[in-house]
Amino acid sequence: MNTPPDRIFIPGDSAAISVGADQVADQLAAALPDTCRIIRNGSRGLFWLEPLVEIERDGERRGFGPVTPGDIADLVAAGFPDDHRLALGPVAAIPQLARQQRLIFARCGLNDPLDLDAWIATGGRAGLDTARALTPDAIIETVKTSGLRGRGGAGFPAGIKWETASKAKGDQTWLCCNADEGDSGTYADRLLMEGDPFTLIAGMCIAARAIGATGGLVYLRSEYPHAIRTLTAAIGIWCEAGLFAGLGDGDHFDIEVRTGAGAYICGEESSMLNSLEGKRGEVRAKPPIPAISGLFGQPTIVNNVLTLASVPWILEHGGEAYRDFGTGRSRGTQAFQLAGDIRHGALIELAFGVSLRTLIEDFGGGTRSGRPLRAVQVGGPLGAYLADADLDVAMDYEALAAIGGMLGHGGIVVFNDTVDMARQARFAMEFCTIESCGKCTPCRVGATRGREMLDKIIAGEAVADNLALIEDLCELMTDGSLCAMGGLTPMPVRSAIQRFPEDFTRQAAE
Amino acid sequence: MPMLIDTIDDQTARAACARQGNRPDGLIEILHDIQASAGFVSDAAIATLADALNLSRAEVLGVVSFYHDFKRQPGARHVLKLCRAEACQAAGGDAAAAEIERRLGALGVTEGDEPALEIRSVYCLGNCALSPAALLDETPIGRIDADRLMSELVAREIVEAEPQ
Repeated sequence: MNTPPDRIFIPGDSAAISVGADQVADQLAAALPDTCRIIRNGSRGLFWLEPLVEIERDGERRGFGPVTPGDIADLVAAGFPDDHRLALGPVAAIPQLARQQRLIFARCGLNDPLDLDAWIATGGRAGLDTARALTPDAIIETVKTSGLRGRGGAGFPAGIKWETASKAKGDQTWLCCNADEGDSGTYADRLLMEGDPFTLIAGMCIAARAIGATGGLVYLRSEYPHAIRTLTAAIGIWCEAGLFAGLGDGDHFDIEVRTGAGAYICGEESSMLNSLEGKRGEVRAKPPIPAISGLFGQPTIVNNVLTLASVPWILEHGGEAYRDFGTGRSRGTQAFQLAGDIRHGALIELAFGVSLRTLIEDFGGGTRSGRPLRAVQVGGPLGAYLADADLDVAMDYEALAAIGGMLGHGGIVVFNDTVDMARQARFAMEFCTIESCGKCTPCRVGATRGREMLDKIIAGEAVADNLALIEDLCELMTDGSLCAMGGLTPMPVRSAIQRFPEDFTRQAAE
Repeated sequence: MPMLIDTIDDQTARAACARQGNRPDGLIEILHDIQASAGFVSDAAIATLADALNLSRAEVLGVVSFYHDFKRQPGARHVLKLCRAEACQAAGGDAAAAEIERRLGALGVTEGDEPALEIRSVYCLGNCALSPAALLDETPIGRIDADRLMSELVAREIVEAEPQ
């Protein structure tokens, strides 16, 4: 048992680093013989176990976590025994991982994210190879058959968007990957870009072949310095290996990473296009849609990271196989992201239709604080606050919409019973005042007035009048805003008022 | 006009533009570049950018002022970004941030002409499963509490130890 492992894995993912993975790696390097290879892999997305050290012997990987630098001497001396208090057994059998349906994240955390040979050896290239043998129209048909919808939040069918752009007239067609993952409670794009960037690049290459794009841009937020470094390096390696060859219109395609500058609104596609043009990130009125006239007035596809990263699997296994996952009009898998006061914070990739309760209780293990759950915000800062009574909702686009919520980018933020929902509603308005691009009045002015009304409500001032007024304001913002920022800010506000009215009348009652 | 521009030319800005081929659509990258080397975007830099990219100064200033990342004044040597968004609120982030601000304030490191540290509120660092989250320059720190963060800052010699 005391022979050193063949290989040992410790994530280089920024979340793992945030809880000490670098220090653990340093300790391992000092304690182990040089014959043992230490690999900085991506994270498996089981964040409560980070730093998660994996020991490989005879092809099997066994986990230990969460490991602190102080545990290393003991672990190495004892030879990483199965009866250690940090032992997790075979990593692939950890229930929260074994029960997932990982299509997008199948390779995330397996290897060094920049090891192209390892990625190819695990079958990473199969989808792109299939696509190279297909005509652009056949690729688009496959994506349409799959039922894949945009994973950024809007849920528009990807194949139809691609078809529109492929038929649009222009001098050049652009492919823009939206990696401006600004929603609180979401980290799936970051995890993938840091853990398996080649799958995203492969997805972009397939999309470029389908729509005849010659220029590919990834708009990546500045809050993700690690993801910027990893993805930029991965693109260089991909280019060096000649894998961009034979794609796009005239066999030319490449990808460039562009760094955002701290504006949440730039996750909105038209605002992102302005930012990519070097302008203020103000939203554009639609029509025209970007597929017809987008970046520099040319046909442009804007797809989220996860939409594009779903495509290699779809091409490898076929549109029908992908469509077999999911429910109703929500096909395939969704990366659900558990966050906030949650015991087992993790990325859970599963077919649409799983209940919110299963995700939070079975996978998440309930609250980390041990306090009762009171509210759950699904879909980021513009998503609805749900209550315990809502937890049996099926997680798909339509079922969430039916209860006044939305799936968004798949973020799930759990709040315990200490939360004050009037303050959360106020924060939703405040966030909109900070991040509104200022282009349209309902959003720019509405958010400020909304925050003021909620301040009065919290102070117990003319509560009934202000609640009536804020409902009126929410209706105006929903109907009158140019984009989802102003249009959806009312969702967390209204859902909080509807589901937790006692938090809005408490001051007045006292 | 060239004379005027020459008198306030900013070599850093000029070089940053050249690296983007003097293309106006590269403005965001150019501003990141300038800020990385100069720490902020000066009046002289704005004038130079306008000249090099064939934009008006108002257009350049409009872009600079739109994005939270760009600063018009020299900043602190280190930046501590504290996430204040929902997932961090749900994990006690507001209380942690308030205590960190109070303790750093007591040390006086966040004030003065060239402070050692600037605390900046941000909205999501993408580390929401290990919230509350912080980013110290480019080092991510998860599950922050005031004690852990203060000892990290002392260990990095960004601040001195608090008086007992």
